[in-house]
Amino acid sequence: MDEQFLEMRNISKSFFGIAANDRVNLLVNSGEIHALLGENGAGKTTLMNVLAGLYKPDEGSILIGGKRITLTSPRDAIRNGIGMVHQNFRLVDSLTVTENVVLGLKSVRGLLNLARLHEEIGRFADRFGLKVDPKAEVWQLSVGERQRVEILKMLYRQVNLLIMDEPTAVLTPQEVQPLFDSLRSMAGEGRTVIIITHKLNEVMEIADRVTVLRGGKSIATVLKNKTSKQELARMMVGREIHEVKNRRGTGSSQGVLEVTGISALNDMGLAALSNLSFCVYSGEILGIAGVAGNGQKELVEVVSGLRSTRAGSMFINSRNMTNCKPREIIDAGVAVVPEDRVGMGLALNMSLVENLIVKTYHDPSNNRGGFFNWKQLRQKAEGVVREFDIKTVGIFSPVKLMSGGNQQKLLFARETLKDPRLLVAAYPCRGLDLGATGAVQQIMLDQKERGAGVLLISEDLDELLGLSDRIAVIYEGRIMGVVDPGTVSIEKIGLMMCGERNA
Amino acid sequence: MVNVMRDSDKQGWRHFIRIEKRLDVPPVAYVLVLLLSLLLVILLCGLVLARMGYHPLEVYKTMLGGAVGTPYNFSETIAEAIPLILCSLGVSVAFRMGIWNIGAEGQFFFGAFTASLAALYLPSGLPRVVMLTVVIVAGFLGGALWGVLAGVLKTLANANEILTTLMLNYVAIGWVDYLVYGPWRDRAENMPYSRLFPSSAMLPVYPGTSIHAALLLGLLAAVVLWVVFKRTTWGYEIKLIGENPQVARTAGINIARNILLVMLVGGGLAGLAGMGEVAGIAGRLSPNISAGYGYTAIIIAWLGRLDPLAIVLVSIFFGGLNNGGYALQMVGLPSSIVTMLQGAILLFVLGGDTLMRYRIRFLGWRRDNR
Repeated sequence: MDEQFLEMRNISKSFFGIAANDRVNLLVNSGEIHALLGENGAGKTTLMNVLAGLYKPDEGSILIGGKRITLTSPRDAIRNGIGMVHQNFRLVDSLTVTENVVLGLKSVRGLLNLARLHEEIGRFADRFGLKVDPKAEVWQLSVGERQRVEILKMLYRQVNLLIMDEPTAVLTPQEVQPLFDSLRSMAGEGRTVIIITHKLNEVMEIADRVTVLRGGKSIATVLKNKTSKQELARMMVGREIHEVKNRRGTGSSQGVLEVTGISALNDMGLAALSNLSFCVYSGEILGIAGVAGNGQKELVEVVSGLRSTRAGSMFINSRNMTNCKPREIIDAGVAVVPEDRVGMGLALNMSLVENLIVKTYHDPSNNRGGFFNWKQLRQKAEGVVREFDIKTVGIFSPVKLMSGGNQQKLLFARETLKDPRLLVAAYPCRGLDLGATGAVQQIMLDQKERGAGVLLISEDLDELLGLSDRIAVIYEGRIMGVVDPGTVSIEKIGLMMCGERNA
Repeated sequence: MVNVMRDSDKQGWRHFIRIEKRLDVPPVAYVLVLLLSLLLVILLCGLVLARMGYHPLEVYKTMLGGAVGTPYNFSETIAEAIPLILCSLGVSVAFRMGIWNIGAEGQFFFGAFTASLAALYLPSGLPRVVMLTVVIVAGFLGGALWGVLAGVLKTLANANEILTTLMLNYVAIGWVDYLVYGPWRDRAENMPYSRLFPSSAMLPVYPGTSIHAALLLGLLAAVVLWVVFKRTTWGYEIKLIGENPQVARTAGINIARNILLVMLVGGGLAGLAGMGEVAGIAGRLSPNISAGYGYTAIIIAWLGRLDPLAIVLVSIFFGGLNNGGYALQMVGLPSSIVTMLQGAILLFVLGGDTLMRYRIRFLGWRRDNR
């Protein structure tokens, strides 16, 4: 088993003159699950994209079974037995699972013998415990099932080395275990799995060995059994980390957001929120736990004024603001950090200054009679950059040059600039590294201490339990109950997330 | 920049080319690259011309002479640039918001129509100031109406503005055709154009040239737009919508209202161009008041990177190109040479632009010995 399968030697790759990988070394044995651990921007995905044939390294070499190979395309990589499952899936929604799997294969040509293929792929799926209906069309599948299709695609192409880029980022807690079981069964057959991650728990659970990357360099490769979470964290961040802790307490009795009996439709015209009620008090963090896709997105949009309700009412600071316009809701003191920070939060080609004033550009403090004073705005932005410790090339450079963590800090800075009464944060730490996660969580706690109400939507139960003063569990657009994070068990929340009411 | 390529391939020689984005491009580079691109166009088209049996230098000399050879010719170039400036500024406003308004030609014609309507049907005895004001405002409103029409279709029915603005072009051109061949036909000369405007409806012209007062409107529009984009909240809204409409929505910006506004302003500017051609040059409504200004405007807007002041300069350049073309026709050469030159310029300038913003690093042939 301990036979060396892959060697990446002195891989360097830079973009725009900035090194993403700097002489990185990676040794992987066959039949092992190897975790590639590092913070965002450590160069994990770049390294794996090199291995998957997507990027050409500036220098360095790749050896498979001791033989040097040159990869010029993903097809090339697959021919060499290397396949990668990316974070955003590459599937055709209107085709069936089977059709997606065989799509682009040279060996499958002309008229498809679908019955035979369905059966074959079904068998394949069973072998690795990848539960998915080969006849189902992809748009009908959950995210977890789509991921299984991506894995099937690679296995069907007979890859020996499967690379998974942050596979659990999109999964519900319930979907993680089956995935890990499948990965283990693949490794059991002698295949090799590389899993990119920044979650220490995951590493400790699934990996055989771990390679830590930091700042584009390979720091160390260690056996899982001979290391600890603390040691890994230290190698990953390069310093000790302190966990953010909430001084738990109940907020005041003053409600900042009161939602009663709200119903709303999703984009497809189906019920997304049905008769939903809850209240966020000033000075508390109310966590919303739930499997993604149970109405969280629509809830955020309703609270932001971007989606109209069919029934029920919404009070902000005791004022009825049901179906008010976004601008009115902003002016009432509601700040929102949206789920999709790049799609809904930031304009990537615009500068930090321009992104900072998105919600306040119309404010008399930022313009005089419709004219900006850029000098004054620049000073304001410089202050924000200092206060929130945002790393940037320059405040007039496009924010797409900033890392995800700094983008998120900018978003939080923007939303808390005017001391909001209510801060809504949807999946605020998704995809962030430890450092940025700590900073973002601290901002939420500071806002709470200041007296704002915080509505924290997350699927990370650890985060919810650590930060929230109360947790409401959402399922199919309804609140299943509100629990006390101090006493509730994870199992109980898990059951409620699956639709069991709080007794 | 650490990436000195080290020898990295034992099997043999390899060829390395890399494309990288440049972070800082000095402004002077833009000018240099532009000049270099133009030089390449001249060389390449010169080869084609020589192959066709013309003497390239003679052709270029004729063109240059036509564009700037004499003070009069230069004044003609400026006059030719007036409709280009107004139309290009017009389309650039919508482009900045990510709205593909390619209907400047139609807005131009409809503005020409409404300006003519005012000039022909208002009592000719009106004081000139009143008359001209009404004619100018009518031209703006006509173009604005034509632009807003496509905007309304987009905001109400989500109709693709590329299709609607393009199709409305044909409607406006057809409408002007109908008028000049039908009810507005000049009875005295029995030709397909309207009767002449009263002199009170004619724009002031710089003596001895064809440069008319719409030039001032164009320059004013350029300066105003420059300030709008640089300094104002409205310019910011337009940019934000263009960059990320979702973010604009969450910021509470009314996108529908802004679509109508940019189509109104953009259409109005193109309408002013149409007004200028009838009330500043032709003195009557006729079907051949446009040399495709509304379409050339799209090219100019992009070559000028949607920057109002750059658009003015590029417009003057294209005005010269058009006039050079007329000069070619005068000596019996095919005017399609100009079309070829315009195409080549677009290709080379945009190509040079890309090369300027991206660096292609040619790393030579290297041998590996690891």
